[in-house]
Amino acid sequence: MQINFEHHQTAHCENGVASNLLLNRGLKLSEPMIFGIGSGLFFVYLPFLKVNFAPGFSYRPMPGAIFSKAAKRLGIKIKRQKFSNPQEAQAALEKNLEQNIPTGLQVGVFNLTYFPEEYKFHFNAHNLVVYGKENGKFLISDPVMDFATSLSESELEKVRYAKGALAPKGHMYFPTHVPEKVNLEEAIKKGIKDTCKNMLAPVPIIGVKAMRWVAKSIPKWAEKKGTKVTNHYLGQLIRMQEEIGTGGGGFRFIYGAFLQEAAVILKNDELKELSKEITTIGDLWRDFAVDIARVYKNRNSKSNIYNELSKSMLHIADLEEAFYKKLRKAI
Amino acid sequence: MKKQDIPQDESNLKSANMTEVLYVTDENNNYSTANSIGWEAKKAALDESMALINERIQQAKEDVAQNKVSPIIYFMEFNKMDISVLASYMGMWQWTVKRHAKPKIFNKLSNSTLKKYADTFGIPVDELKNFDGK
Repeated sequence: MQINFEHHQTAHCENGVASNLLLNRGLKLSEPMIFGIGSGLFFVYLPFLKVNFAPGFSYRPMPGAIFSKAAKRLGIKIKRQKFSNPQEAQAALEKNLEQNIPTGLQVGVFNLTYFPEEYKFHFNAHNLVVYGKENGKFLISDPVMDFATSLSESELEKVRYAKGALAPKGHMYFPTHVPEKVNLEEAIKKGIKDTCKNMLAPVPIIGVKAMRWVAKSIPKWAEKKGTKVTNHYLGQLIRMQEEIGTGGGGFRFIYGAFLQEAAVILKNDELKELSKEITTIGDLWRDFAVDIARVYKNRNSKSNIYNELSKSMLHIADLEEAFYKKLRKAI
Repeated sequence: MKKQDIPQDESNLKSANMTEVLYVTDENNNYSTANSIGWEAKKAALDESMALINERIQQAKEDVAQNKVSPIIYFMEFNKMDISVLASYMGMWQWTVKRHAKPKIFNKLSNSTLKKYADTFGIPVDELKNFDGK
């Protein structure tokens, strides 16, 4: 059994699943549109939560938030289910497939057989679509893959029941109602306002303020924890920034593409200029990653390197703050 | 990022036959997508992370050989887990797992508990029991 489903590769898994599922229901929205309307641009710093032996940084909101917010703003209804029993979870998925409903799943990546070894770690907020079952194998459209793949029943159960932080617990979701006409203008504005609100939030662990906290911590780590630990923390920052699918630099470019589309829909030329601005900021995030990578290579590098990295990140935070302030005014 | 600046550095993606999508601009600042086979900076971060994991596995192996910790710690590291991830797979409190990490306690564990650990690590019970780190 195989549902007629188009696999499109995207930069980020959650946007990709959302965009692909909606396209299947006749609503064509690009990945950047979903990302922008769903307020996907984010930054959070959780210094006390240790992930892979480094503090928690994330350039994305909680898993599921992008699609949920986008759906709400577009008048789409999504059904979400979790199951305590894996057999029930599989039965519910198969029932959906019989009814020709391609279904989104939240999964852990550690046991995703088709991923490269270096990407397999205990991270549980990946998303993919199941669109059929053939010869006992589930047909998988993983949006960060170039091509559709498949997983056996037990392989799929393993990733749906991965444990640890953000355990998916068999979480599956699919749109149950897609309106014939959506009010894109309103949805775009709401998405932009929410992003500006989050990124400018007066809370130390979120948005621009959190970036500054991280930036200021870099020299302190070096002083207190030594070079090795600091380099590992910085590595975590890059991995979170540039992991397949997620990304700080990458996310800025997706947002740039969103603002470009939004400028046309809202007939607002200012957004076009802001698209260029966030693109420049994205380039700076990438330069920042290159600078960090350079620190690995020259282990005996001069001691003020961490101060310089701190300064570059503070500079990016300043530019971002100015950007969100302008963006808030522009709509 | 400009289309012509897309990094094409051979990377870990190759082993899985993958590329990744990036949003890039053309000479008129118009966005489109393009695929990349990898990027040096990201590869450096992933390599560092793998090196750290391998170091931890090696250390765990030595600790087991010297009877400082039980084989649970070695297989935990081998599976890129920490105590909290392992505890949630086992459905136990973290302090229980930490107790089982002591060689003395580990040697007294029931077969069913050992089986549960072995299943979590995807290995036969004997491999878990007989691992001596040497």
